[in-house]
Amino acid sequence: MTNSLIGQAFKNAKNEKRTALLTYTVAGDNTKKKSLEILKSISKYADICELGFPHNTPIADGGQIQTSAYRAIKNGIKINDVFSITSKFKKFKKNKPIILMGYYNMIFQYGNDKFIDKCKKSKVDGLIVVDLPYPENKTFASRCKKKGINFIQLVSPTTSKKRLKQIIKDSHDMVYYISMLSTTGGKLKESPKRILEKYYKIKALNKSKNVVIGFGITEKTIKSLNKADGLVVGSAICRVITNSVNKRQNTVTNVTNIVRRLKKKMK
Amino acid sequence: MKLKKNIPLIDQHDKYGFWGGKFGGSFIPETLKKPVEDLTKEFQKLRKNKKFINKRNFYFKNYIGSPTSFVKLENLSKHLGGAQIWAKVVSEANGGAHKIYNATVHALICKAMGKKYIVGDTGAGYAGKMLSMAAKKFGLKCKIFMGAKDIKRQKPNCDAMKKNGAEIVPVYSGSQTLVDAVSECMRYWVSNCDNTHMAVGSTVGPNIFVKICGWSTSQISRELKVQIKKKFKKIPKKIKLINCVGGGSSAYGFWSEFIDYNKNQIELIGVEAGGPKKSKLHAAPLSRNAKIGILHGAASYVCQNQEGQIKETESISAGLDYPGVSPIHCFLKDTKRARYTYATDEDALNAYKMVTKFEKINPSLEPCHAFAEAIKIAPKLSRDTIIIVNSCGDAKKDRDILKQRLGKK
Ligand SMILES: Cc1ncc(COP(=O)(O)O)c(C=O)c1O
Repeated sequence: MTNSLIGQAFKNAKNEKRTALLTYTVAGDNTKKKSLEILKSISKYADICELGFPHNTPIADGGQIQTSAYRAIKNGIKINDVFSITSKFKKFKKNKPIILMGYYNMIFQYGNDKFIDKCKKSKVDGLIVVDLPYPENKTFASRCKKKGINFIQLVSPTTSKKRLKQIIKDSHDMVYYISMLSTTGGKLKESPKRILEKYYKIKALNKSKNVVIGFGITEKTIKSLNKADGLVVGSAICRVITNSVNKRQNTVTNVTNIVRRLKKKMK
Repeated sequence: MKLKKNIPLIDQHDKYGFWGGKFGGSFIPETLKKPVEDLTKEFQKLRKNKKFINKRNFYFKNYIGSPTSFVKLENLSKHLGGAQIWAKVVSEANGGAHKIYNATVHALICKAMGKKYIVGDTGAGYAGKMLSMAAKKFGLKCKIFMGAKDIKRQKPNCDAMKKNGAEIVPVYSGSQTLVDAVSECMRYWVSNCDNTHMAVGSTVGPNIFVKICGWSTSQISRELKVQIKKKFKKIPKKIKLINCVGGGSSAYGFWSEFIDYNKNQIELIGVEAGGPKKSKLHAAPLSRNAKIGILHGAASYVCQNQEGQIKETESISAGLDYPGVSPIHCFLKDTKRARYTYATDEDALNAYKMVTKFEKINPSLEPCHAFAEAIKIAPKLSRDTIIIVNSCGDAKKDRDILKQRLGKK
């Protein structure tokens, strides 16, 4: 995809000789209003914002993101709210890429084409669908591409070499490498060195693809992985929201603080 | 959408794993692609392997105890008038329910793949109990995921799991029932798929798990076919096979040999959990016309809201208390080969009272849903109609609930 905001974000980071920071927060966590404020506030530091549309049966998420998702659903988030949060955010910062992330049933119930159209209208830049793997996602991915939306393929330590080649070949501007066998939010099971070794193997298949690493990245581990094109932090941020809610502190301030600290470690 | 003849239903899917082009599939995270593919290849290999088949048959006979008996319920039939009511007493199988077939096969596959750890989900506790038994028998370490609500209401089965050395992992998320147990079990597998085998407790989940489970429980109808021929000399003209449906493994196992028959000769009736009479909640996606959705890696009719959030369910029977259902039952519904209905908690309890009053069998709350339908339709049917109910579970596990709802028993 030429000139996508996602591609541009990676270029900008490279020009500044640093790794791109991708944040993940859940739409509606801890309220609809707050989640928009959080997005606006962290977009000062994040290169790309991932926004989860929460599902109540998330089979690949660990405790922290589950807690955020259930809280958001309980606070009344609906899929159309996710789109309106996105639109409002884009009016505030039109060049900051936003990626929606979630489970396929939500898209399926909305209607695949209707969902993609709505993404386009709301200026969504990319989509990650956790349980729609390759090659089953080919048709959906190409429909996204037609509308100028990046469909982001996931690869993991279990992805075979042959499969990896096909996925990279069919991928758009960004590929997401799952660092280890885990749900989101697990502790890093492998040394950063090992993770990066595997990462370079993926990069070697096509240098022009932006590959990010996610799962298990925290304030503690982020520095050791900052050789990648980009790093995704999700659970560590969701945990801050949970803690802030529990302590009746300001979620926006606390989340902004952690994202600022993360950003400092990207160089 | 059409059924094919002479091909097991579990094999009538397309290359992406869909039955009827839209039910099933494998909606899984990337990390599980490889383990699912490995398992698929292994199962394809094993089911063609004579030695493996012999091994399976050996354990089915000597460990599970095949065949389970096929008996006429004389007193109940006489009391109701109309059709003859028979039962296939699958609860005689080792452990007390049909879940032992799937558990045994999964343990054998796990061994064949050289894995030492096995994990599974459970609702009523039977799938968990059986997996813990099979794990013990074959020297595997076993972990069972179970909703906290179910741990409370199905204590006897939990005691059995612990006695067999399995670890029970309580699941506190969501409604704390089977749906949450399956989710948590899948999450565990995502994180441990390199050394751990996962067994799904019913004909649900990604395509391969539907197939393995259906392949295992189909033993029930292989036995039944022989038994029917022996009792009646040939297959009678009017048969109704009634089975409860949670995920649908017992129903598929009970029906698989008979799907090719004309439905006027052999009618297949699935009974889902209607929940408490006065409640809006139920666990009956087929008979109460839920929409197609994706749950636990497969597309099927699912109790869900407009947005695609999975709905809470409610049933007195922990084994049927699940918002989804097997894709193969969705296929049987849409092709109209099987008919699906539901029974309420109260219907099931009344059926339990009546069946145990007249007969010496002790069906658990799950098959009592099937008995409720049999009791309802039998009086209206002719004497040459043969109703057969799969009495697929023993009520020992329901001791506390029965005591509470029906008084001292
Ligand atoms: C005795 C019994 N019957 C039925 C079921 C429902 O499952 P399925 O529909 O897969 O047979 C269960 C599940 O736990 C069970 O224990």
